[in-house]
Amino acid sequence: MTTDTINESLADDHHGDSHDHKMTGIKRWLYTTNHKDIGTLYLWFSFIMLLTGGALAMVIRAELFQPGLQIVEPDFFNQLTTTHGLIMVFGAIMPAFTGFANWMLPMMIGAPDMALPRMNNWSFWILPFAFAILISSFFMESGAPNFGWTFYAPLSTTYSNGSTAFFVFAVHIMGISSIMGAINIVVTIMNLRAPGMTYMKMPLFVWTFFITAYLLIAVMPVLAGVVTMLLTDTYFGTSFFDAAGGGDPVMFQHIFWFFGHPEVYIMILPAFGIVSTIIPAFARKKLFGYSSMVYATASIALLSFIVWAHHMFTTGMPLFGELFFMYCTMLIAVPTGVKVFNWVATMWRGSMTFEMPMMFSIAFVILFTIGGFSGLMLAMTPIDFQYHDTYFVVAHFHYVLVTGSLFSIFAGTYYWLPKWTGHMYSESLAKWHFWCSIISVNLLFFPMHFLGLAGMPRRIPDYALQFADFNKWVSIGGFAFGLSQLIFLAVVLKCIKGGEKAPAKPWDGAEGLEWEVASPAPYHTFSTPPKVD
Amino acid sequence: MNEQAKSNNKVIKKLVLTVFAMFGFGFALVPLYDVFCDITGLNGKTNTAAATYDDDGIDTSRSIKVQFITRNAKAVPWQFKPVINEIVVHPGEMKFVNFYAKNESKRAIVGQAVPSVSPGLAANYFQKIECFCFTQQPLQAGEEVEMGLQFYVDRDLPDDISTLTLSYTLYDISDKADS
Amino acid sequence: MSKHNPRWLLGGGLFWGSLIFNSAWADSQLNLTQGVTAISREVYDLHMLVLYICTAIGVIVFGAMFWSIAFHRKSKGAKPADFHESTKVEILWTAIPIVILISMAIPATSTLIDMEDNDNSDVTIQITGSQWKWHYKYFDQDIEFYSVLSTPREQYENHNGNFTGKDSEKGQNYLLEVDKPLVIPANKKVRFLLTSDDVIHSWWVPAFAVKQDANPGFINEAWTKVDKPGIYRGQCAELCGKDHGFMPVVVEVKSAQDYDAWLNEQHALTAQAAEAEKASLSASMSKEELMQLGEKTYMAYCAACHQPTGLGLPPAFPALKGSEFTTTGSVDEHIDVVVNGRANTGMQGYGKQLSLKEIAAVVTYERNAWGNDSGDLVQSADVKAASGE
Repeated sequence: MTTDTINESLADDHHGDSHDHKMTGIKRWLYTTNHKDIGTLYLWFSFIMLLTGGALAMVIRAELFQPGLQIVEPDFFNQLTTTHGLIMVFGAIMPAFTGFANWMLPMMIGAPDMALPRMNNWSFWILPFAFAILISSFFMESGAPNFGWTFYAPLSTTYSNGSTAFFVFAVHIMGISSIMGAINIVVTIMNLRAPGMTYMKMPLFVWTFFITAYLLIAVMPVLAGVVTMLLTDTYFGTSFFDAAGGGDPVMFQHIFWFFGHPEVYIMILPAFGIVSTIIPAFARKKLFGYSSMVYATASIALLSFIVWAHHMFTTGMPLFGELFFMYCTMLIAVPTGVKVFNWVATMWRGSMTFEMPMMFSIAFVILFTIGGFSGLMLAMTPIDFQYHDTYFVVAHFHYVLVTGSLFSIFAGTYYWLPKWTGHMYSESLAKWHFWCSIISVNLLFFPMHFLGLAGMPRRIPDYALQFADFNKWVSIGGFAFGLSQLIFLAVVLKCIKGGEKAPAKPWDGAEGLEWEVASPAPYHTFSTPPKVD
Repeated sequence: MNEQAKSNNKVIKKLVLTVFAMFGFGFALVPLYDVFCDITGLNGKTNTAAATYDDDGIDTSRSIKVQFITRNAKAVPWQFKPVINEIVVHPGEMKFVNFYAKNESKRAIVGQAVPSVSPGLAANYFQKIECFCFTQQPLQAGEEVEMGLQFYVDRDLPDDISTLTLSYTLYDISDKADS
Repeated sequence: MSKHNPRWLLGGGLFWGSLIFNSAWADSQLNLTQGVTAISREVYDLHMLVLYICTAIGVIVFGAMFWSIAFHRKSKGAKPADFHESTKVEILWTAIPIVILISMAIPATSTLIDMEDNDNSDVTIQITGSQWKWHYKYFDQDIEFYSVLSTPREQYENHNGNFTGKDSEKGQNYLLEVDKPLVIPANKKVRFLLTSDDVIHSWWVPAFAVKQDANPGFINEAWTKVDKPGIYRGQCAELCGKDHGFMPVVVEVKSAQDYDAWLNEQHALTAQAAEAEKASLSASMSKEELMQLGEKTYMAYCAACHQPTGLGLPPAFPALKGSEFTTTGSVDEHIDVVVNGRANTGMQGYGKQLSLKEIAAVVTYERNAWGNDSGDLVQSADVKAASGE
């Protein structure tokens, strides 16, 4: 009762006109510069995109349920796989983490808001616009992009179906959104930390987002560059990637993956931050090896810049190139392993309880590690020749992105829902979400390892008979996993509507400034910075 | 402007500069890639301008098999093939071989042959003195021609390479060609 | 012993784990193939090595986690310990993984060096990827041909619930069969020179552990030396457009004598085909013959893009039904496009792939089917005259 009322009245005294009237209705959401509102917008947007990308995946799995082309044409199938990838990467995972960044970073560092609140509003609102452009391409004569989310040239240039322009514009806008968001995060963390909060006193969550933001600033512009080259090659007669004009299609892959590899670390480092927050809370024990964790995260980020060509082992690289990239990629296993060991050491001899945030975090550690193992196998060039462009790769990246990133998002949502809504979520309903998800997700993605080893390539709408049995189980897992996310929707909606009133700190082992404000967090928090010792 | 805003602006300026720098870097990767490939021969691209003959003498202790293959890009209606498909050379020795081309269609076509060498690392040591691939090749309907390639293999060719293959891909650049 | 006792779980896990990863399961559906070359076996061994190491690490790490979950829980009265850092431990679990990685990198490097040694081959074959088929050309022989998926369309087009009809029953090598496979000799080093004439494709035969991209305008090299004669099947491994899943790779490995016999056979066939082409110049086919051969050719080569209905998939693949091009437009121009293709589009030339007769028939078919009814009949001689073949 006391802290927030004091804060509110202080806020009134200090701010005078600008925040006197809180807007209501549509105007509130359109014009908001409040980090909590913007966080909410990002989170809902990402969830809608998750369901949209998921629906596309359901059609894919329905087609792949049996051998033969039953439901869609091969070209439309390629449109489905392409947009599924684009939507999940740029529409679901990245905006979800941006949502967490917006909601939690200011509170965690004791700041009143993000450093650049108006730019923050734009960062969000251009996103629905970008995805409207992308999704509208389905209804054009050309169809949606059908060249894979990795859009290699010349399939995406000379031999494109005409959707290249829409694709490029949508990606440019998504990129601008990410860059603006990243700049906001860096300035906020650099400049708005409460007095006494030195860098090495920041929660690890803040560190991971800080480092991720730097990665974004470094590589999103390279993506912008490569899609611009794509645009000019397709429509304005340049020959960056066209051998006829002296260009090189393999150069496209180099430039794309120079962005693409750091991009996948952009999608996992925030997950590491979330899990590093939750495990100590529920083990009631400080995170093991805080400084190691910081250095490990920074090493992973730095190493991510020199491993890109491990996506290109079959392009005809000379031996020393293959060896260099193999060794560097294998090296990333070291700091990543350090993080996993540190999480386990945090659990070890703790006093654990297993509410939903902890359940998803533990599942993250186990299943992400499995994804890491398949990644290590892929790193080894001679064997990669057998795995590349097969379902083994599909299994790998879905383990790290779904049971990795997405599960961390679920964990974080459950962890902070009480702070956001003021209510406890229904643990029993959430348990259904957890168990249905974890069983179905493994049924969905584990057999893909076997499919890849048995020789099934990626991005094919129909397959030889020896792949039929596993595909059937994978599809069943897919349908079940998709349906399980509706349970999550129910938990979230129910929690927003009502439920057991949440105290300021519902998790007794939790640490961090966000637990010092009431639940739900007041619209304005830390208008005066707290003292940190 | 208060202290906070000033401090914010400093950081913002640096970050925005970085954004533009990285955008430029993306484009800079294009010539950088070419330079890197030139130095290392990574992608099998050979010289696009005539090389000069280094008269350092011929290394008769080594014999290098040079193979020639051709391929037409999609829908290029020319016959295009090497007159001989293999030749044995000594490093440092100048050789001259011919390629035959005939425009089998009913319209004038401007062709461009694009070379590629395998293994990629040998590309740097394959010196073309004169090559039809340096220029565009216009052929009238039904016209045929023998085009020459004058080359030598550099004496510094790494010891572990004894066979190299030169491939030409023929493209129709009638649309893009200067008339 | 309680069912949830972690010791039981651990023991059970180890038992089943070791069973699954026993190399007796090498050629099961669960694992990578050992293949039929020395390299493919090295690759398989590397794969098993890494798998074993990862499994061992997983068992240790997950074991520790499950132990902790079982015993270090608040409900069991556990009190949280104090420790939260240890430089010694951090160094240990940084150094040990590095050592493990080096132990994997050494055999991997050795295998890779072997794989990249393309010199001293006995046979060289030029492979070109195309949308959506492979072209093989034997370097020292005058033998070249296309290799196209031969699974009948009715088997895979199961729209409108066509899974129950007899036609849709799938053959054993469904989607992995071609009209003319690549033939190579066993026990000889065969070198492949790969390129593409349009987009990036990738040539892959799992049994050889060979996969290399076919890049347009560039060549890549790969090699293999197969111990056992037999038929080995693979697929294109780089998204190349709509029929990426429908351009398989089939390699028939023959013993040395069978290979020589096959070479002679091919030379005879080439000579025969040349004779047939010359003969067809004077032949004149009836409309029925033209439409019948035309429909067969159309369905095998054109329908993939222009559809059996002739409606195409605009704008990438234009409609032929009711189009000016196939009805009132110039016959010569129509022939030219079929023979030579249209540069910078998906339409390739079929002059090298189809005989004069087949081209004459397919052009006739396209001009008269689906209500086009142009009445134009095209003969082999017309094709030769119009296309400059």
